[in-house]
Amino acid sequence: RDFNERCAQCSEVNWGLTDGGRYYCRSCHNVTERTREVVNTDFMTNSRVQTISKHPRKQEKTGGGCEWYVCEGFQLVLKKQAEALEALGVCPQMKDEILCNFWRCYLQKSKQAYCNRPAGETVKALSVCESSTDVDSEPDRPSILHLLSLSESEGDLQTDCSFASSMSKVSENTSVYSGSVDGSLYLMKNQKEKLRMTMPMTLSFCYMALLWLREPMTLSELLRFVVEGHIPYLNVFRLFPEKMKLCGLDLKIFCVESWPVYEEVHNKMLELAAFLDLPRFPDVTDNCFLHPDMLCIKYLMEANLPDELHNWTCRVVKKIGIGEVDFLTLVPGNKSTRKVKYDILAAAVIIVVLKLLFLLDDNYEWLLSDLAEERNKNNKEGGQYFEFKKWYEVVKHSLDVEQKKLDEERAKYVWRCEKPLFYSVKNKSKVLKRRQMVVNLQNQFGKLSGPVQRAEKPNPSSFQLSWSEENTDCFHGHSLKGILQEKRGLLTAMNPDYWLCTVKLCNERLCGHLAHYREVDFPQSYHFVLRLFSFLLRIQPSYIHDEVCMIEHKLFNKKLYKKLKYNTVLRK
Amino acid sequence: SSYEHKLNFKKSKEACLSYIQDAMLQKQWERAAEFLTFYVESLEKDYSREHVGPSEMIWRIGTEILCHHSHSSMKEFNCFMEQMKTFGVKRYLKASILNAVCLEHVFHLLCNGQIDEAYQNLSLAESWRFGEQTAIQNKEMKLIQAYRGLLDYYSWSKQKNILLEHGKCLDGFADLSVEQEMHNCFRKAAVNLKEIIKIPGVWDLFVKCYVDLLEFYGDHNEARQVLNEYAYNSKFPANPNAHVYLYQFLKRQGESKKSLISALKILHDIVPSHELMIDFNTMLRKSKKRKRRRLGLEVIFAVLDYAGWKENVKAWSCLARQVKQIVISEKHLGWIKKEWSSRKDWWPAFHFSRYLAKRNWQENESLSYEKALVAGILLGKDCKYFKYVSHQGCKAQVKRFRMLKKFVNRHNPVCLRISG
Repeated sequence: RDFNERCAQCSEVNWGLTDGGRYYCRSCHNVTERTREVVNTDFMTNSRVQTISKHPRKQEKTGGGCEWYVCEGFQLVLKKQAEALEALGVCPQMKDEILCNFWRCYLQKSKQAYCNRPAGETVKALSVCESSTDVDSEPDRPSILHLLSLSESEGDLQTDCSFASSMSKVSENTSVYSGSVDGSLYLMKNQKEKLRMTMPMTLSFCYMALLWLREPMTLSELLRFVVEGHIPYLNVFRLFPEKMKLCGLDLKIFCVESWPVYEEVHNKMLELAAFLDLPRFPDVTDNCFLHPDMLCIKYLMEANLPDELHNWTCRVVKKIGIGEVDFLTLVPGNKSTRKVKYDILAAAVIIVVLKLLFLLDDNYEWLLSDLAEERNKNNKEGGQYFEFKKWYEVVKHSLDVEQKKLDEERAKYVWRCEKPLFYSVKNKSKVLKRRQMVVNLQNQFGKLSGPVQRAEKPNPSSFQLSWSEENTDCFHGHSLKGILQEKRGLLTAMNPDYWLCTVKLCNERLCGHLAHYREVDFPQSYHFVLRLFSFLLRIQPSYIHDEVCMIEHKLFNKKLYKKLKYNTVLRK
Repeated sequence: SSYEHKLNFKKSKEACLSYIQDAMLQKQWERAAEFLTFYVESLEKDYSREHVGPSEMIWRIGTEILCHHSHSSMKEFNCFMEQMKTFGVKRYLKASILNAVCLEHVFHLLCNGQIDEAYQNLSLAESWRFGEQTAIQNKEMKLIQAYRGLLDYYSWSKQKNILLEHGKCLDGFADLSVEQEMHNCFRKAAVNLKEIIKIPGVWDLFVKCYVDLLEFYGDHNEARQVLNEYAYNSKFPANPNAHVYLYQFLKRQGESKKSLISALKILHDIVPSHELMIDFNTMLRKSKKRKRRRLGLEVIFAVLDYAGWKENVKAWSCLARQVKQIVISEKHLGWIKKEWSSRKDWWPAFHFSRYLAKRNWQENESLSYEKALVAGILLGKDCKYFKYVSHQGCKAQVKRFRMLKKFVNRHNPVCLRISG
């Protein structure tokens, strides 16, 4: 990009970067000795730099594999994920620029590319075929078990590896077993300071790019699309080209057997943003999808709640200042402010509003509902008054049905794919045999399954629950008149009370949560609304509960402060 | 659980397993099969640390489903089993389990009348081998062979009936092939049936069929030996039917009373309420030997201790006849006294209540007659039962009741000596 010299051979100025970080001329493929050292963090640039695969690739004579580095693998994964996101409607800029630039910056910061390779790190590459004879014969090869124990995930490879566990150190020039060139080194090094790349982190990258562009996709939606299979994640190696052989330790890096967790992806994203020294992200303003006012509209619709509640969510948002651009915009590295989870925040705001208007103490809301029912019976003309009871029954029914479907889908989840994975060549025939058996058994019992068809992958949809305005089951247009009153020109709730989820917030850094949610400690209605949003966002109810506590404390700050003060006075 | 948002392979498969188990408990075999198709991929990740690994789970569940699912066949089961074998599942794939599964399937087929298929399956099962375990030593294998023998017997029996029907038919040629076929079946059946009954157990059906075969072909010695073994070998569980079969055989052979009686005696010891006891009593009663007559009385009293015989006219008539005879001869009154001593506390309420008198009279006159006779002898003419029935009988002007009344009145002193 910033290399403007003319090519020595063809005098063109048309430069690209090899994987080794050197400039090469795209017109005549002349490779220079110049490496890029300057770091450019301006991510809104329009120029595009392409990186291509290493030009003179070493092809192994047998097996057809080629040399590839772990970061190349991840690059491919990111590319595929970005393509999938584009197919879902995300703007192409995300794939072509933002994600690219983030990735390149990461590579440079973690010294995996675009810099001088640190001295002393030469790893002998091992092809798939070569290893078949060498595997057991080397006396001082490092034990794979030792390498595996460094990783925190399940030790599933242990059952397949039959090497004795010895705690010998890895010498730099020892050959280790993986399809990639640096697989073993990748797992071995102390990665703490360099933020080692993992599969969940690919999603952190994606989310970070989406956030930068303020795309209308929340993290919970992103993760849901991943689980539903619209974004490559599980078995992503299927998308690797034939010549990129994946085996041995690569499996530990690229093959996941669990779904990404919201917290983990979000925290990694923050770490990543700080690691990359990113500046303040583009402002999240009030016409932005991620702004609580906007997200509340979406969630209110999905929860089949009256549109009128939106006034209330806006009021709460305004009162406690969580709609401010400075509150909502991400500033990486700033450890003092609590980071915003836009989807959870919006859901929590709605719940607080419901508590304000209906109290949700398993009593008051039903009384209000009875009153509304009476009014509705006597007053057939004019709008319907919102009846909590009816809403509860309708939504609960749908929720139970969808939850049951989801639970079954999870039990029926297919984790393996037709492309088998081997840890070693010795392992290969066993793996293939097992694969064949699994397929046979699936066929055999599939025939006995009767006419039941496997549900097709659901079409990607932003809304999981939808309510048709023509139906009587739709509450969007219902009025809150029955539960509101006018006081001094201002519309307030008839409900005079409020109960706090918790009087004192915990220290999040110490115990991980602001509060500790136990179903039995809270009213059933409260539990129900938590369950509803827990389903929509696919996260534990306790996370939403935390946000609710946080909002309540902001909302009733003065009163709480006064109370505490009063208490201390008393004690004296 | 609905809140498991942290989903991984292991948890997903655990959930899948619980859906399978639920479906199986509710006998929803199609649903169980459906979920099993999603579970099987756990074979590709072996939990060798777990107590029950996925291969064993799949084996157990698969066999259950294949056993009960209406559309599965033995061929499929065989195919399934072959695959599981490659897992080296010898440690839990015991031949006995497999054979037990096979047998269950065979019963299912037999109940549906699919005899030929059942036969095929049995033959198939016989051909299975499991490494070191040779089929011969396996008890369950013997059972499979025995059932095949049984089906051979069934074929033999069919052919025999065909032959007997044609009987003196002139078409000798057709009969010959049937006859040959029949002998083939006999051989096959005999070999297998003989094997199983060597093993201690309850093999009523096999024994009966085997004995039938032997008798037909005239090998009575073998038959007798088999039956004796079955009845008297202490290694075999006590089985009343063994003695019944032996008795019936001996009777068919026209054996001496002595042997018949000894066979039935054991039956009386094991099952005093057995229906053959009536025959036994009749046989003993008529005997010249005093001991046997004594035994006869004992036997018939024992029979009537059981509620199932309360309203059996024949049983009462046997007892009545015998006690009448004793009373008339005035010899061996002590026998009656002895038998009655342990019963006099409860038989009156059990058999001779006024309520029963009324009911018996209304429902079954002959029953009331026989009972009245016994009651009159054992309890005297003043007992409720006798008084009521005889009164009713006389009122109805039924001759035998008048005779009865006279008889009991006449012999009353003797009767009093009994009840004394």
